[in-house]
Amino acid sequence: MELVKPAFGLIFWMFVSFALILFLLKKFAWKPILEMLDEREKTISDALNSAQKAKEEMTALRAGNEKLLQEARNERDNLLKEAREAKEMIINEAKTKATEASDKILASARENISNEKMAAITELKNYVATLSIEIAEKVLKQELADPNKQKELVQTLLKDTKMN
Amino acid sequence: MLNNINGFRSFLPKATAFSLAFIFSAFLAFAHEDEHKASAEAAHDTIETVQHDSIATEAHAEAEHHGEEKFDAGKMIMEHVADAHDWHLWGHTSIPLPVIIYSSEKGLTVFSSSKFNHGHDDYNGYRLEHNTVVAVNEDGTVNEELSANLWDISITKNTASLFISLLIMLFVFISAAKAYTRNPNTAPKGLQAIIEPIIIFVRDDIAKASIGPKYKKFMPFLLTVFFFIWINNLLGLVPIFPGGANLTGNIAVTLSLAVFTFIIILINSNKNYWIHVFAMPGVPVWVLFLLTPIEILGVFLRPFVLMVRLFANMTAGHIIALSFFSLIFIFGEMNVVAGYGVSIFSLAFTLFMTCLELLVAFLQAYVFTLLSAIYFGSAVEEHHHAEEHH
Repeated sequence: MELVKPAFGLIFWMFVSFALILFLLKKFAWKPILEMLDEREKTISDALNSAQKAKEEMTALRAGNEKLLQEARNERDNLLKEAREAKEMIINEAKTKATEASDKILASARENISNEKMAAITELKNYVATLSIEIAEKVLKQELADPNKQKELVQTLLKDTKMN
Repeated sequence: MLNNINGFRSFLPKATAFSLAFIFSAFLAFAHEDEHKASAEAAHDTIETVQHDSIATEAHAEAEHHGEEKFDAGKMIMEHVADAHDWHLWGHTSIPLPVIIYSSEKGLTVFSSSKFNHGHDDYNGYRLEHNTVVAVNEDGTVNEELSANLWDISITKNTASLFISLLIMLFVFISAAKAYTRNPNTAPKGLQAIIEPIIIFVRDDIAKASIGPKYKKFMPFLLTVFFFIWINNLLGLVPIFPGGANLTGNIAVTLSLAVFTFIIILINSNKNYWIHVFAMPGVPVWVLFLLTPIEILGVFLRPFVLMVRLFANMTAGHIIALSFFSLIFIFGEMNVVAGYGVSIFSLAFTLFMTCLELLVAFLQAYVFTLLSAIYFGSAVEEHHHAEEHH
């Protein structure tokens, strides 16, 4: 059986050339190819990771923006509310003050009026008194001009006094 | 142990096919002898003596002698699967290859194989007999003593084919490597795109899966052996030059590959591996008396099985395809019409077998690499991994 009898020459060449090609391919082919494959796989996975990270950052950023916007909106609403309140307050205050002032004026006017009235009344009373005395003087002067009448009067007065 | 069983299981069907093919070709030869009883002995002698000449020369010689050539399927097939000192192309044309002989008496001798004139002439005290170079005496008789001490390192057909395949590999992979270093981190193009998926397949599905974290050390060998077997299997399927040599179906080649695997196992094996061989942990002492010889045998059996599987598969494939092809000529000798009729089926079957061999070419490269990787894996396995399967 020549088929199953290994030939020395072929084994010799096989060992020499296979060892040689193993060395050559290891150094010049497999090493760079495998390194490059590893490197490329690493680059791809890195790129995918960073893309994922960027996506996450983007989402976070968008959420942050949304939050900031919401805050600004709230701030604006608060400011408007405060302004409205301030306005109301100022108006109310002014109203109150105006009312108070007018009340005061009215009160002082009323007081003045009453004072003036009292003065006028007093003056009128005095005048009336003076007038009455003058009238009474004139009447008495007229009445007591007759000496009978004077005697009558004295008598009456004395009568009244005796009674007492 | 499981690995061995698996390996053996995948080896069985192919071995059956191999033996069937042998029986088949023997049957063809036998039938042939039956038909031509008168010339049987003579034909047999012819096979024995000038078996390894090119067919054309043989056919030419016979045509001259008998007027009509006779077709011998067994001889034709054996010529195609065996090694030769020249590379037969077609008809009378063949490429002579260098013969390199070292003998203790004459030293190193180098000459062209065309000097032998296909085994008809002696040259410089050497003769080509049974495709083997032997030393002859002055009187023309074979010098047995000197022949036994000849170191024949001729560039035979298989050696030439080996060199061609290695040049192809060097060109393909070094140019691919250059493409990788020239354009790093880009999508693969051309040659790169063809070999890259296979390299990744070998790395991820063979090396990483079978060896584990220490796979990097073995990658160069696994890749080289995978592509070597695959490319040579494919070259063997090409019927014309520079293909056609049955390199991976040559036992010397598969032996060398298996020895490389064996040496790498021996270099890299750790303490744990040898403990498992000589004293399997967790096994009663009396069982060890039985188990240890089996395990020691297993150490040598593994590369041996690698050698036989590849050799048998590739040779069987070649023999089957050639057998179908031979049917055309066998029937054609009986009757020209029968020859043409059979040729349709023969061609269909040969085509089918060739397609199957394309698959087998890849499969055998895969199996050899995978089993090597599994053996490397068991050689570098750490203790805690080993405990798991007990």
